[in-house]
Amino acid sequence: MSNQAQTTSAPAAEAGAWEPNLLVFCCNWCSYAGADLAGVSRLQMPTNFRVIRTMCSARVDPEFVLRAFAKGADGVLVLGCHPADCHYIGGNYRTRRRIALLRVLLEQYGFNPDRLKLEWVSASEGLKFQATIKEFNQKIIELGPNPLED
Amino acid sequence: MAKIRIAQYWGAGCGGCDVALLDIDEKILGVAEMADIVFWPIAVDAKLKDVEAMPDGYITATFFNGAIRNSENEHVAKLLRKKSQLVVSFGSCACFGGIPGLANMYTLKEIMDYVYTKTPSSDNVERVFPTPHWKAPEGDLEIPVMYDQVFTLDHVIDVDYYMPGCPPTTNLINEFLGIVEKHVKEGAPLPPKGSVIASQKTLCDECPRTRTVKKVDKIFMPYEIDIDPKKCMLEQGVICLGPSTRAGCGAKCLEGNQPCRGCMGPTADVLDQGGSMLSALASIFSIGNGEGLLNEDDIMELMLQVKDPLGTFYSYTMPSSIIKRKVKERKATTAPKEA
Repeated sequence: MSNQAQTTSAPAAEAGAWEPNLLVFCCNWCSYAGADLAGVSRLQMPTNFRVIRTMCSARVDPEFVLRAFAKGADGVLVLGCHPADCHYIGGNYRTRRRIALLRVLLEQYGFNPDRLKLEWVSASEGLKFQATIKEFNQKIIELGPNPLED
Repeated sequence: MAKIRIAQYWGAGCGGCDVALLDIDEKILGVAEMADIVFWPIAVDAKLKDVEAMPDGYITATFFNGAIRNSENEHVAKLLRKKSQLVVSFGSCACFGGIPGLANMYTLKEIMDYVYTKTPSSDNVERVFPTPHWKAPEGDLEIPVMYDQVFTLDHVIDVDYYMPGCPPTTNLINEFLGIVEKHVKEGAPLPPKGSVIASQKTLCDECPRTRTVKKVDKIFMPYEIDIDPKKCMLEQGVICLGPSTRAGCGAKCLEGNQPCRGCMGPTADVLDQGGSMLSALASIFSIGNGEGLLNEDDIMELMLQVKDPLGTFYSYTMPSSIIKRKVKERKATTAPKEA
């Protein structure tokens, strides 16, 4: 399985290639609009991700991320407004602190911390959304499947 | 009237829960009056074969303390479940895995290797390890099989009530015994199955310390500062698991000027005590207005003041947390070899 993933270079699934499951949390005010812009602009990107819209990136409880990994997500991406742009003044700052600490925790659990990524995507950054998804998908393909076995 | 029958057993625990049950002062006389103790290895002489001979449902209530670490723990838990009407998960180890649950940070092989060959006092050049079966001249010997992972009691059997705490406090034990006594003597209804015999609120709710702003500037270990006994621990920079821990213990550690370490487990509806504490702690760092100017490395440096998030936030709950145990990336970056 992991060897297959290593040799895969294309972002989307080729026949028989392993395709990661990605979960993307988007904040309602910036990143979801950014994802929408990427969509209406018909920017091409891998399709193996699911978006969950939250009112703010700070709504993403560490429990959500841990549950995502426990349920088999191979990577979790949290997208929020740029610093100083948060609709709720400081939600994205809290997210940033939590994700930093959560990455340390995931590493202690034995996960590669790169399976969790925080990125700022504004409503006008459809291109950045596309690039972030492509890059993250590639990173997870390199890392291989979620190591949690059931 | 007929007496009720109770049993107490220990899995992977320290014995503190057994002592806690004895520690209920003169109420223990009430217990002896109300109940026959049919099985309790630490206190009475009944043997496992006596339990095996009992009809199903013979025991009114079993208090099981300690986590499930080996085949013997699991076997006795299943046996007692069959023979009991009620099973109470007694203490943090049975409820959440407790301190023994931190062994989920390592594999069985790593633990065995360390304990039998690598400790400073190990003298085992032949690398002799315990085996579950051994043919000795006197006959076949068997010891229980140790599992690769620590489980909670409710991972292996159906549990009726949970009584967390390390150990459960005298008040909680008395409260529960009072409920059982009322049920037996007057037919009062029992609490709904799955109830946690403790408060529904967080520890902060019953903590007597004064809180003003809930802000942390810098994290300290308890020995590094003189802790003010009247002021909130977190505001003084000492990590206290109060915000994510269930109340019911009477904030005894805080009375003793020590921070809460979370033995009462998560509050109702929270799946992951550690995640909940991580979220709370990250939120109360006080940075001021300049946070937008900090970069990712500054934030990481700030958060790295928490030296051991897993050990701090999951001291008692690793086996019942969402991830449960340490995992291993198939493509290890540091490439340690696996046998």
